[in-house]
Amino acid sequence: MAVLTVDGLRKTYRDLVAVDGLGFAVREGETYGLLGPNGAGKSTTISIVVGVLAADAGTVQAPPKERIGYVPQSLALYPDLTGRQNLRFFAGMYGLRGAGARSRTEQVLRLVGLRERADDAVGAYSGGMARRLNIAVGLLNRPSLLVLDEPTAGVDPQSRTAILDSVQRLTGEGLAVLYTTHYMEEAERLCDRVGIVDRGRMLAEGTPAELGDPDLEAAFLRLTGRELRD
Amino acid sequence: MLLILVKDLRQRAADSTLLVFAIVLPLGLAFLLGLTSAGGPPPAAEYGVSGPSAAEFARRTGLSGLRPVADAGEARRLAGGGELDAVFVVSPTGVEVIGSKDAPIAVQVAREVAESYALPPAARPVEIVQDATLGTRELDARTYQAAGTAVFFLFFAMMFSVTGIFEERRLGTLARLLSMPVSRARILWAKLLGNVIVGLAGASVIVTVSTLVLGAYWGPPAAVAVLVLACVLAAAGLTTLVASFARTAEQAANWQGVLASLFGLLGGSFFPVAPEIGRFTPHHWFLQGLAELRGGGPVYEQLALPVLVLLGIAALTLPVVVARAGKLVTP
Repeated sequence: MAVLTVDGLRKTYRDLVAVDGLGFAVREGETYGLLGPNGAGKSTTISIVVGVLAADAGTVQAPPKERIGYVPQSLALYPDLTGRQNLRFFAGMYGLRGAGARSRTEQVLRLVGLRERADDAVGAYSGGMARRLNIAVGLLNRPSLLVLDEPTAGVDPQSRTAILDSVQRLTGEGLAVLYTTHYMEEAERLCDRVGIVDRGRMLAEGTPAELGDPDLEAAFLRLTGRELRD
Repeated sequence: MLLILVKDLRQRAADSTLLVFAIVLPLGLAFLLGLTSAGGPPPAAEYGVSGPSAAEFARRTGLSGLRPVADAGEARRLAGGGELDAVFVVSPTGVEVIGSKDAPIAVQVAREVAESYALPPAARPVEIVQDATLGTRELDARTYQAAGTAVFFLFFAMMFSVTGIFEERRLGTLARLLSMPVSRARILWAKLLGNVIVGLAGASVIVTVSTLVLGAYWGPPAAVAVLVLACVLAAAGLTTLVASFARTAEQAANWQGVLASLFGLLGGSFFPVAPEIGRFTPHHWFLQGLAELRGGGPVYEQLALPVLVLLGIAALTLPVVVARAGKLVTP
């Protein structure tokens, strides 16, 4: 059963068409990878899916905000608050209070391996620790859809492995995951299906095995080209 | 909304910059102005003296060139006509300062002189009489300096709270909040309320400390509280309105800084300014309100106009801010 269905999505910024008729679906317990070069429209699509941006056209059938976990590309955390304070604050935003909020905060801290450093200011965290906390916030509300926008960007191999393990464990529990990344080996390891997008359009969709010839990176470059985008 | 507010206040409480702008600078500057203004009259000031104790007054204050004036009636004529900046009418029971409406600074210095004369052991009351109804002229120098610097820096202190929206944007937390079941309006109201609380807290500290340490007299506490609240609401509306048109935190801070400085100077925060100019600023009406409290009559009558003007500024600006929530609270 599809947890997220996107159909005919379109978003423009003045003359720039960021998303142009994009459509895909993410099923329960599935990790769907949205792959594309910089400026392909991935982050705009994700912003619309999580309700931060409004689409110009198209439909998004998604769980209510209370059931969506969002892990943005940037570290969306308060550096002057501790890890635990950050989690308690965001738990409150999801409507969790009192013992429920405390209990869920401890659970997600354990899940991302940050209990020992939970009372340190986030500003003192390493990049990997901050990334793990960033993911922990997205899990606070026990989401049915988890949206991860390049969650492993700029982290060391240990933290990346820990993050990927966490995501695999969550999908094993029935969570639907929408995942963007620039790392093709990550997509091959994690994603049940991927969609390769460029200039706001879906170029190809299927399992990594279906699209990868000889591998996903080769398919990606064949579809999106080799010219530099930044 | 309460959670965002509490989080913001916790962050602001740990922000030393805010502490400096909200409390340290206003009090420090009021103290320094108090020291520098006690040095004597401006060189060009022309004063007169009248009454049976005139000679003793001249001797004790050390003022030279005081023009003898026959009586209080003559003093009013001379000050009213601008021939003298102020006249000290000295009697065994106290000192009356009759000032010219065209020489606010000289009158303020005259007040200081009269007050120093009235200090113990003489302990004579000082009464200030002016033909003009400029509020700032009716406040004693200490209160004027404390209130002037307080309202000046209030705008700067509140600026830091407003730019919190831009900080949320920079951190990426604004997008995260908007992905949660939180509306833009709730975020904006939390920021505005935090802004008002920061303003009220800073003003409360300044009123208390300037009263206890600098000897300022602001007026009846309840009336002062109403006036401060009205001024803080006006400041919240104005500073947030300006911020709502800015694209970056730096731009917002620059615009707000210009606004705060311009209004502060034109509104008479540091020295009296003609009401024709000052009345376009909330600073003027705040100081005017404080001054009105020195007059006789019911407090609500004294405060009605200044408070209405300040609340009017808030009523005009805050709806525009709320209408622009979509633009302002956008990642």
